[in-house]
Amino acid sequence: MGWKFDFATGSSSGVYRVAGSTWAFAFRYYSPQRRCRLQSAVAARAESMAKPRTHQFDTLTLHAGAVPDPATGARATPIYQTTSFVFPDTDHAAALFNMERAGHIYSRISNPTCAVLEERIAALEDGVGAIATASGQAALHLAIVTLMGAGSHIVASRALYGGSHNLLAFTLPRFGITTTFVDPRNLDEWRSAIRPETRLLFGETLGNPGLDVLDIPRVAALAHDHRLPLLVDSTFTTPWLVRPFDHGADLVFHSATKFLSGHGVLIGGLLVDSGRFAWDAADARGKFATLTEPYPGFHEMVFVEESTTAAFLLRARREGIRDFGACMAPFTAFQLLQGIETLPLRMAKHVDNTRKIVAFLREHPLVGAIGYPELPEHPDHALAQKLLPRGSGAVFSFDLKGTREQGRRFIESLKLFSHLANVGDAKSLVIHPASTTHFRMSAEDLRKAGITEGTIRLSVGLEDPEDLKEDLSRALHAAGKA
Amino acid sequence: MRVRVGDYGVYAYTGSRLPDRTAPNIVFVHGSANDHSVFALQSRYFAYHGRNVYAVDLPGHGNSEGEPLRNVETLADWLIAFFNAAELKEVTLVGHSLGSLAVLEAAARHPERVSRLALLGTAVPMAVNDQLLAAAAANDHVAFELINGWSFSAKRLLGGNPWPGMWMTAQAMRLMERVRPNVLYADLVACREYTNGLRAAAGVWCSSLMLLGARDVMTPAKAARDLTATLRDVSVVTLDCGHSMMSEQPDAVLDALREFLR
Ligand SMILES: Cc1ncc(COP(=O)(O)O)c(C=O)c1O
Repeated sequence: MGWKFDFATGSSSGVYRVAGSTWAFAFRYYSPQRRCRLQSAVAARAESMAKPRTHQFDTLTLHAGAVPDPATGARATPIYQTTSFVFPDTDHAAALFNMERAGHIYSRISNPTCAVLEERIAALEDGVGAIATASGQAALHLAIVTLMGAGSHIVASRALYGGSHNLLAFTLPRFGITTTFVDPRNLDEWRSAIRPETRLLFGETLGNPGLDVLDIPRVAALAHDHRLPLLVDSTFTTPWLVRPFDHGADLVFHSATKFLSGHGVLIGGLLVDSGRFAWDAADARGKFATLTEPYPGFHEMVFVEESTTAAFLLRARREGIRDFGACMAPFTAFQLLQGIETLPLRMAKHVDNTRKIVAFLREHPLVGAIGYPELPEHPDHALAQKLLPRGSGAVFSFDLKGTREQGRRFIESLKLFSHLANVGDAKSLVIHPASTTHFRMSAEDLRKAGITEGTIRLSVGLEDPEDLKEDLSRALHAAGKA
Repeated sequence: MRVRVGDYGVYAYTGSRLPDRTAPNIVFVHGSANDHSVFALQSRYFAYHGRNVYAVDLPGHGNSEGEPLRNVETLADWLIAFFNAAELKEVTLVGHSLGSLAVLEAAARHPERVSRLALLGTAVPMAVNDQLLAAAAANDHVAFELINGWSFSAKRLLGGNPWPGMWMTAQAMRLMERVRPNVLYADLVACREYTNGLRAAAGVWCSSLMLLGARDVMTPAKAARDLTATLRDVSVVTLDCGHSMMSEQPDAVLDALREFLR
């Protein structure tokens, strides 16, 4: 006969032998707190019976869009390195061409490896679909040319990546599409720049180079008041830091070259559609004729009739990718899928390292202003807390106090930070915008863009933060002596 | 195409084609909180293969005006009114989910107008989960989430869309999010309260096709058994997919319809 009470679990148990038979008992004492916890666990289980079946972000980064290869069972997404796909018969071929059947025809228009990537980024952004493009620039171009032609107008944030600025300010006007640039923080400027021929509002989640945080909810609301879509460049944030569609944006694009790929090995872009914008709303009629009027280039197709939620992507693929041809290569898509598999892990570490570097630089006498929205002095600090609770990314600029020569010395003394024109690599990067990415800008424009001779931009990688601080410390010391 | 049915404008997708009076007609009827676009590929195929296609937006849905109709019987009468408005003497009817009930009832009420009947993702009776109905009554977004979770097979909740680059669960979600408040609830009530299904099936004289999803949780394939037993001339095709069969298995759905309409 024995009896014991287990204080850890609150259970007692024992074995009694009575008249030749054995009785076992187990009794569990539940404290009121424990009872309460158990009851809520039971309630949670009951609730879970009618819980929507969905998957969480981290699961989607690994699985969305990818099923084991039906032909071979390959678990990794195969690289479908082929230009074209055999038609089972002529009727099937015609049906594929006329959008009556699902499938692939020619890898400029779609490719199975790229399609997995497109589904994956759509899943992560909560969009209805996506198109993989040759570069981030190609994604921006595709978005614009799908929505408008000569005579149209865009209102864009002034704090843009230099390449986007070039396209909008210098190249597209030659094709009749003009842009008014506005201070992204000034809603009145956005509003007063809108004209009858405006077709799009455009900004970056984190602007260049001052990390102006785009107030997506307010700019989106303004856009929608005017029956216009908001396009957001989410390159610096990735869906791990913010999903612009959750805040009202209608279209998102990424330079997938950066954090989505994460390893500095490829050039690629992704254009994602939320599926929410009503292109054919009664009061928007005529504004988006590419989507609401018959298209002679595809059997008089009216894209909004063909697809209620994805007319934009349909036209972007059936016209933009078909005719302009800036598609992504399947090998690039494969590498991007590899990158995205570790996006949550990498972004967490990127942000963590960045916080440590920012804290370090802040204490250094040679360092002036630091443009990082998590710092209380950043003009968008409060907005960043709201829109970017997981962090403000891993790219930021700071001012080196001193001469141009000291700036040169600083950059050349760095050993771990590579001096190059890119961001979002697993390795840490550095650049001097005034002499490189922004060298074409006048002094006045530089000042407007918030760039000085001493501005240094860092893209913080995944190295040990102590080693990065050590590298910066040594280079700052060298700069101080120059 | 737009026509007036009663006091309201009605939209029907025709594949951007004008009707050919000598060709047979097919009318596609969507399910709860959906619109014509759920049949995009299949309807377009038939529009370019010798048929006049009318993928309608039911009243209160998509581009059609008015309020959602109260019950399946009213929907059936509305379909006949639509045939009259569009000057369609005889049609093949293809319906999905709530649409399958509407076409079943219409075929029973007006056998002279219906030459064939295809019922996709159907069940008689069509039970609706209590929590889903409550969420729909409250216009709670959870209703859409529950529907999506039950409408796609577990495998397809992770994508793998045969249609390149589209994330089908978000597409289905956005389509439902477009409907006005109370429309989903009205549709679900119509599904749940329809009790005439087997009687209607006994009154169907044309040949019919039932297309069922082996992984359908919304309208489980087994819930269509009595209907199968009652319909006079029926072929049953079960596909490896959920309720959203037109997006999960667009080609298989098309091939089954082609075979049936051959
Ligand atoms: C914010 C941002 N947007 C767009 C681009 C253009 O992308 P890509 O170089 O892939 O064409 C870049 C590239 O640096 C960028 O940083």
